[in-house]
Amino acid sequence: MNFLSIFVLIPLLMLFGLWVARNLNQVRGVMVAGSTALLALAVYLTFTFIADRKVISADEAPMLYTACFDWFPALNIKYSVGVDGISVAMLLLSAIIVFTGTFASWQLKPLTKEYFLWFTLLSMGVFGFFISVDMFAMFMFYEIALIPMYLLIGVWGSGKKEYSAMKLTLMLMGGSAFLMCGIFGIYYGTGAATMNIVDIANHTGGAHAFEEGSLQNLWFVFTFAGFGVLGAMFPFHTWSPDGHASAPTAVSMLHAGVLMKLGGYGCFRIAMYLMPEAANELGWIFLILTGISVVYGAFSACVQTDLKYINAYSSVSHCGLVLFAILMMNQVACTGAILQMLSHGLMTALFFALIGMIYGRTHTRDVRELAGLMKIMPFLAVCYVIAGLANLGLPGLSGFIAEMTIFVGSFSNTGAFYTTLTIIACTSIVITAVYILRLVGKILYGVCTNEHHLALTDATWDERFSVVCLILCVAGLGIAPWWVSDMIGTGVHPIITILDSAKEFLYVPF
Amino acid sequence: MDYSQFLNMPAELSLLAVIVILFVADLFMCGDGKKGVYNTCLPVVLLAIHTVLNLCPSCQGCGEAFGGMYLHTPMMSIVKSVLAIGTIITFLMAHQWLSREENLIKQGEFYLITLFTLLGMYFMISSGHFIMFFIGLETASIPMAALVAYDKHRYESAEAGAKFILLALFSAALLLYGISLIYGATGTLYFGDIAERLTVGSPLALLGLLLFITGMGFKISLVPFHLWTADTYEGAPTVVTGFLSVISKGSAAFVLFTVLIKVFGAAQLVVAWDHAFMWIIIASITIANLFAIRQKNLKRFMAFSAISQAGYLVLGVMDGTAQGMTALVFYLLVYMVANLGAFAVLTVVEQNTGKVGMDDYNGLYQSNPKLSFLMTLCLFSLAGIPPFAGFFSKFFIFMAAFKAGWVWLVFIALVNTVISLYYYLLIVKAMYIIPNDSPLPTFKSDCWTRTALFICVAGVIILGLCGVAYNYIDGFAYGLDSLCCGACDAVQGCCK
Repeated sequence: MNFLSIFVLIPLLMLFGLWVARNLNQVRGVMVAGSTALLALAVYLTFTFIADRKVISADEAPMLYTACFDWFPALNIKYSVGVDGISVAMLLLSAIIVFTGTFASWQLKPLTKEYFLWFTLLSMGVFGFFISVDMFAMFMFYEIALIPMYLLIGVWGSGKKEYSAMKLTLMLMGGSAFLMCGIFGIYYGTGAATMNIVDIANHTGGAHAFEEGSLQNLWFVFTFAGFGVLGAMFPFHTWSPDGHASAPTAVSMLHAGVLMKLGGYGCFRIAMYLMPEAANELGWIFLILTGISVVYGAFSACVQTDLKYINAYSSVSHCGLVLFAILMMNQVACTGAILQMLSHGLMTALFFALIGMIYGRTHTRDVRELAGLMKIMPFLAVCYVIAGLANLGLPGLSGFIAEMTIFVGSFSNTGAFYTTLTIIACTSIVITAVYILRLVGKILYGVCTNEHHLALTDATWDERFSVVCLILCVAGLGIAPWWVSDMIGTGVHPIITILDSAKEFLYVPF
Repeated sequence: MDYSQFLNMPAELSLLAVIVILFVADLFMCGDGKKGVYNTCLPVVLLAIHTVLNLCPSCQGCGEAFGGMYLHTPMMSIVKSVLAIGTIITFLMAHQWLSREENLIKQGEFYLITLFTLLGMYFMISSGHFIMFFIGLETASIPMAALVAYDKHRYESAEAGAKFILLALFSAALLLYGISLIYGATGTLYFGDIAERLTVGSPLALLGLLLFITGMGFKISLVPFHLWTADTYEGAPTVVTGFLSVISKGSAAFVLFTVLIKVFGAAQLVVAWDHAFMWIIIASITIANLFAIRQKNLKRFMAFSAISQAGYLVLGVMDGTAQGMTALVFYLLVYMVANLGAFAVLTVVEQNTGKVGMDDYNGLYQSNPKLSFLMTLCLFSLAGIPPFAGFFSKFFIFMAAFKAGWVWLVFIALVNTVISLYYYLLIVKAMYIIPNDSPLPTFKSDCWTRTALFICVAGVIILGLCGVAYNYIDGFAYGLDSLCCGACDAVQGCCK
C-alpha cells in the first residue's frame, strides 16, 4: 500500500468513526484526531518530498511515490497515485484548511454529526483528487467533492440557501458534463488507450500526442471550460458569490480555500499538460476571459454590501488570476499561479472564518449596519485587518509574493497582446486595495451605531486557534516563500517543457 | 428425441422447479398469523438457491436445444441471474404489502405470476428463433398485466392493468407483423439464418427492423412508445411498479442488443438502427427528464425517471461491440439495485402512511433519518454521483457510445444528467431541507424490507468501487466485433 493512499484512507476511517459516534464529544474527537493526522501526514509528505526531489530530478520522474493498481483492466483504467511539487503544495493547503475548518465549525448546530459526515466526504474528494494521476480516479474524486456541497449549503446555510445550493450544484455538474466529454476525447484521441496522465503526456514524447483528426481543440475547450467553471472563470462564475454567501463558515472556507483550486489545478494538469498544441492555439480566448474575471471580479466586489459577497467576488478576481497566469505558459508565471492558489486558499479561508465569526455575533453581514468593531472585538478586528492586507498584496504576507511572481512572469512574455492584458490585470491590485481599505475603515473603525453590538464578546478559544493557525501560514508563506516556490517550480517545469515543445502552434490575435 | 438437451437449459428448468414447488406448497399454506412468514421465506430461499445454481461454473457453458431455437451463453446466464436477484429483492419488498388483509388470500398467486414472467424473460433472452422470442415475450407480458391489476379493489390498479394489456397487445401485434415481414424476406426465422440471407437494402428487412424496434421500444418504454408508462406505473401496486421498471425493462434491453447484433448485424442495417436509436435516445432522455421535473406524485416521477434511465441503458446498443454489451449489462445491474432501493423506500412509506406525494416527504429526515439517508444514496446513484455505482455505470456506458463515435449524442446525454440531477435533488431537498412542522410519523420497517434495502444499498456502494462485477461481466461479453464468445462459437454458429 502506497502511503499516499492514506490521504483517502483517513477520511474513510473518519466517516466510519462519525457513523458510530454517539455524542457530540465523540464527533469532535473523531474530527480533531482525523484532521490532525491529515495535517501531520501532509507536513511529513512535504518534507520527504523536498528531500527526495533533490535526489531524483523532475525530468527523470515527474511524479514521485507512484503506485498503480488495476481497477477496470478491460478499459485500462487504474487507480494510480503519485505527487509532484504542485500536488504536494495543494495537499498541504487542503490539510491546513480542513484542520482549521474543523475548529471553525466547532459550535455548529444542529445535526452536527451529519454536517461532519458530509464535510469529511468533501475532504476525501479533495485529497483523492490531488493524489490521483489517473483521469478516471481524478474525475471521480472531483465529483465526490462537489455533491456534499449541496447538502452542506442547503441544510446548514443561511439566506436563500436552497436557491444557491441548487445553482451551485447544477452549474458545477454542468461543468463536469463538459469535463467527462473532454476526458473521453483525450482517452480516445491520443490513441494511448490509457487514463494515466503521465503516460499520455509521454505517449509520443511530449506534444503531438494526439492523432490526426481527433478534435484536440474541441477537447481542450471542453476540459478547460469544465474545470474553469469550478475555477470561477468569467462567464461561469455566477454560482460562486451566491454559493459562498449562503454556505456555513467552514464550508465557505473549504470551498474558496480548496475546492476552487481544483479548477485551476485541473486546467493546468489535464487541459494544458495533455493538450499543449490546443493550449497554444486557443489559449488566447481563455486568457481574455480570465482577464475579464480578474478585473470584473474586483469591480464587482467594490459595490457589494454583504461581507461574504465582497469576499466571493474578490475570490473570483483572485482565482481568475490563477488561470490567467497558467495561460501565460512560462515557468515564472505558472509558479506564481500555484503560489497564488496557496496564498488565496489560506487568506480567503481566513477571511471567511472571520466573517463567519463576526456574523455569528452580530447576525448581520451588511456593511452598512456594522461599524466600530475594533473596540468591541479587537482580536477578530485585528485579524480581519491582517487578512485584508494579505488580500491586497502587502509585502511580507502571502498575497504579495504570489501576485509579484505572476506579474513578473506575465510581463516577460513578449508581444503587445500579453503586455496589454497584463497591464489590465494589474489594475486589479489597485481596485482590491480600494474595496479592502474602504471595508476596513467602514466596519472596524468609526463609532459603533448599533447598541446591541456593544454587548458582544470577542473570539472564543476554538475560533482563536483556527484564526491564528491561518495567520501563521499566511505570514509564513509571505516571509519565507522560497522553499515552497522551489518545490512548486520542480512540478511546473515538466509541464512548461511540454507546452514549449508545441510553440509552433502559438497564436495571438495581435 | 434426445432428452439430454434439456440439460442445456438449467436456468429455465430450475426456475420451473421452483414454480412447481411453490404451486404445490401454496395449497397447504395458510395465510394468517405467524405462518405467513413462511409464505415469503419459501419463494425467497428457493429463488436464491436457483440464482446460486445459475451462477455456478457448471452452468456457465454454452449450449443449444430444440435444434437451435434455444441458445445459451454464459452472458445470458449472468443476465438471468441479475434478473433473478432483482426478483428476490422485489419479493422481500413485497412482504409487508402482501401481508395486508385484502392480499393475504392471493399471496401465493403473486409469487407464481411474478416467476412466470421471469420464466418468459428467460426464454426471451435465450431465444435463437423468432417464434421462441415471441413466446417468451408474451409469457413475460401477459402475466405482467395481472400483476399490474393485482390491487383489483383499487380503481387505478384495474385501469392501469387494462391500459397495460391493451398497449402490450398492440405492440405485440406490430412486432409479430415485423417478424412476418422478415420471414417473407428471408424464408426463415432462425436468427443465424436470417443474418445470412437478409439481402441488404431490401425494404422488407428495413420495415421488419422498424417494427421490431417499435415492439421492443414499448417493452423498454422508450419515447415515443412510452405513453402507457406513467399511468401504469402510477396505478400499479408500488412493488409491481418496481418490478416493471427494472426487471421487465432490463430483460428487454438486453434482448434488443443481442437480437440487433445477431440478426441485423449487417453493416448497412447497423447504420439504419444506429440512427433510429440516436433519435430515440435523445427523445427518451430529454422528454422524460423534462416531464419528470413537473411530477408531484413520486410513482409518476419514478416512471419518467425510468424512461430516461432506459434511454441511457440503450446507449449501450449504439456501440454494438463487446464493450457496449458489458456497459449495458453493468448499467442494468447498477440501475436495478439503485431503483429497487428507491422503490423499497417508496413502498415502506406507502404501506405505513399511504402517502406517495413529493410534498409528503417534506422533513422526512426529521422523523425517519435512516430511511431518508438510504433513499438519498439510491437517488445519488441514479443521478450518477460517485462514489456510488451509478457513476461508474454511466461513465462506462458513455464511454462505449463515445468510442463508437457518437460524440454529440454523448454530450446531449451528459447535459441531461444535469437535468436529472436537478429532479433527483428535489426529493433530497424535500427530505432534508424543506422545513415541515408535521412530517410523516416515525415508523419501523420489517426485517424483509430492511434486508431488501441492505442488499440494494450494499450494491450501490460496492458494485462500482470494486471493479469485480464489471470485470466479471466483461469476461463473457460479445458483440459485433466478436460475435463468438470463446469456446462456444460452434454452438452459436456465428463465426465468420
